[in-house]
Amino acid sequence: MGLDINTKKAKKNAFRIGKVRGEGASRIRVPGGYLKAEILGLVQEIAQKYGNGVVHLTTRQGFEIEGIRLEDMDAINEMLQPIIELLDINQENPGTGYPASGTRNVCACIGNNVCPFANYNTSEFAKRIEDEIFPNDLHFKIALTGCPNDCAKVRLHDFGIVGMTMPQYDPGRCVSCQACIKGCKSLSVDALRMENYKIVRDEEKCIGCGVCVTKCPTRAFTRSKKKYYRLTLMGRTGKRNPRLGEDFLLWTDEDTIVKIILNTYRFVKEYINPKAPGGKEHIGYIIDRVGFTEYKKWALEGVELLPETKMKECVYWNGVHFDR
Amino acid sequence: MGYQISRETANQIFAQLKEHYDIFAPKVFAGEGCFSDTDVIRYGKINALDEIEWERRSEYSFKEALLAVNETLFYFTEEETTVVSCSEKRLLIFLRSCDLHALKRLDAIYLENGPEDFYYRRLREKASFVLMGCSTTCENGFCVSMGTNRCDSYALYLKISEESVWADCKSQDLLPYFEKAQTCEVQPEYVTENAEKVTLPKNLSVDSFSNPIWEEYGSRCIGCGRCNFVCPTCTCFTMQDILYRDNENVGERRRVWASCQVDGYDEIAGGIEFRKTQGERLRFKVMHKIYDFEKRFGYPMCVGCGRCDSVCPEYISYTSLINRLAKEEA
Repeated sequence: MGLDINTKKAKKNAFRIGKVRGEGASRIRVPGGYLKAEILGLVQEIAQKYGNGVVHLTTRQGFEIEGIRLEDMDAINEMLQPIIELLDINQENPGTGYPASGTRNVCACIGNNVCPFANYNTSEFAKRIEDEIFPNDLHFKIALTGCPNDCAKVRLHDFGIVGMTMPQYDPGRCVSCQACIKGCKSLSVDALRMENYKIVRDEEKCIGCGVCVTKCPTRAFTRSKKKYYRLTLMGRTGKRNPRLGEDFLLWTDEDTIVKIILNTYRFVKEYINPKAPGGKEHIGYIIDRVGFTEYKKWALEGVELLPETKMKECVYWNGVHFDR
Repeated sequence: MGYQISRETANQIFAQLKEHYDIFAPKVFAGEGCFSDTDVIRYGKINALDEIEWERRSEYSFKEALLAVNETLFYFTEEETTVVSCSEKRLLIFLRSCDLHALKRLDAIYLENGPEDFYYRRLREKASFVLMGCSTTCENGFCVSMGTNRCDSYALYLKISEESVWADCKSQDLLPYFEKAQTCEVQPEYVTENAEKVTLPKNLSVDSFSNPIWEEYGSRCIGCGRCNFVCPTCTCFTMQDILYRDNENVGERRRVWASCQVDGYDEIAGGIEFRKTQGERLRFKVMHKIYDFEKRFGYPMCVGCGRCDSVCPEYISYTSLINRLAKEEA
């Protein structure tokens, strides 16, 4: 009797159908790449019991347990349950594995749990987005990075979230040492200068990276109480037109970003090509087809931007065109 | 005289004190640390006893309560100068034993080192000091090695628990506030041992200038000046004349904290600098702390608070450096 597998269902259940007949891989999403170390032991157990003992660390911060037999998927789903619970993944039926796989794992750099440059807790924000959007089979890619160094390469994602801080300057604590000016010039965008022994920040130029704050030896420069973000849109890799995401919002906040992402799911449901293979069409290509103005209308539905937020009225993308 | 009072009574006394005193104490500035979601503990004017951070040592010392980071000395026009007036209020400054010993060093520099400094003098006269005890040693502190772990030259000693406050009042000015309080024996808490132990080198000579240790640490130093800015005994300042942008014929003269580790500190006309490398600057600082000052005043400048070790972003350990100097000597 041949192996009778619904591959479409299996894929949505986070299994890969491999190139070796009857074999595949179990894909474990780890939101923000942030996990308790005990999960590693659980992954090891599955890999040794049902796989070939090898695990691939995926490009989207997950594990892919290689060499599993497709007939073992149910048994593997049982073993995935403690992992899913430890990661606090939204799930309706316990013991049935990951409930969706279209929306990709929300990736994040290590963030301010560890990194001195990071402007916020990337894994916490990743988890918040995870809770809002999963389970979901629409093809969305979201990534978060702590600062404009963009170690998470968020501009290759549909939504790129870059941490910013609004530098707060207390001239009364400033000793004119110029550590901020030198730091901004060598590590960032050279947005600071000194006038009358005090620092003047070019607000148009400043990208909110926070280097001035980390360089300041006297706490004259501190971070804003409010955390700010740059939101980039519709970066992508792929065969037709890979491109970097472009800025949409500067100095925006978490609530706004979450609303825009959820609004985008509604936009995609409305405009996705009904004949798209496997119900999968990249959002970027949908926006290319529908137009940015229409997308923006949907994206900003019910959104109230902060007074300090700067929005690009229209967004244009370039990238490499292999399709022309 | 020692007293025990309730926290509530202490709050009332604090409210009365506030009418006559500007009160400075270490407090937590939430989110204002160097890195995202970190705090800084530094001195600030406080409005209530609850604002004081009692557990952890402040990252920056008390000195800014007496020596502002930026202090305008006078305003000038083409015709005349006007000295900045001083607040009528008295000052009450909360600090620990090491810092109270540092006060002696500040006094030495500003009052006993040639002509008295007018600005320091007028604030210093208004200032009274409240000792905060230490029940355990702080990170990197070596007050016991420096003999600064105890101090009895305070106006008031305070120890705080959830419900009660114990006070030892030595100041005639402050005694009336405790008139109705119940008296008891109160002895300041102090540490008798630090994790960090430091031995000062005793026989440093000119030869030590060529010790490779300066270049070793200097090559790691980024010249940010944090060690100076957090130090309770660093007193250097620089002068800045500000010409107002709307009318460049009037302006003000300020003195601003300076650091011997930061570029420009010893730059003179013609662009000449006496200490060009970070190694030379490091040597200058360390020698001042443990040698040059002592030669003039009879006791070391460093009080062993440990702040410079805790703040250095390059993990340069001043204590380790000194111990190595002493060890090489032995």
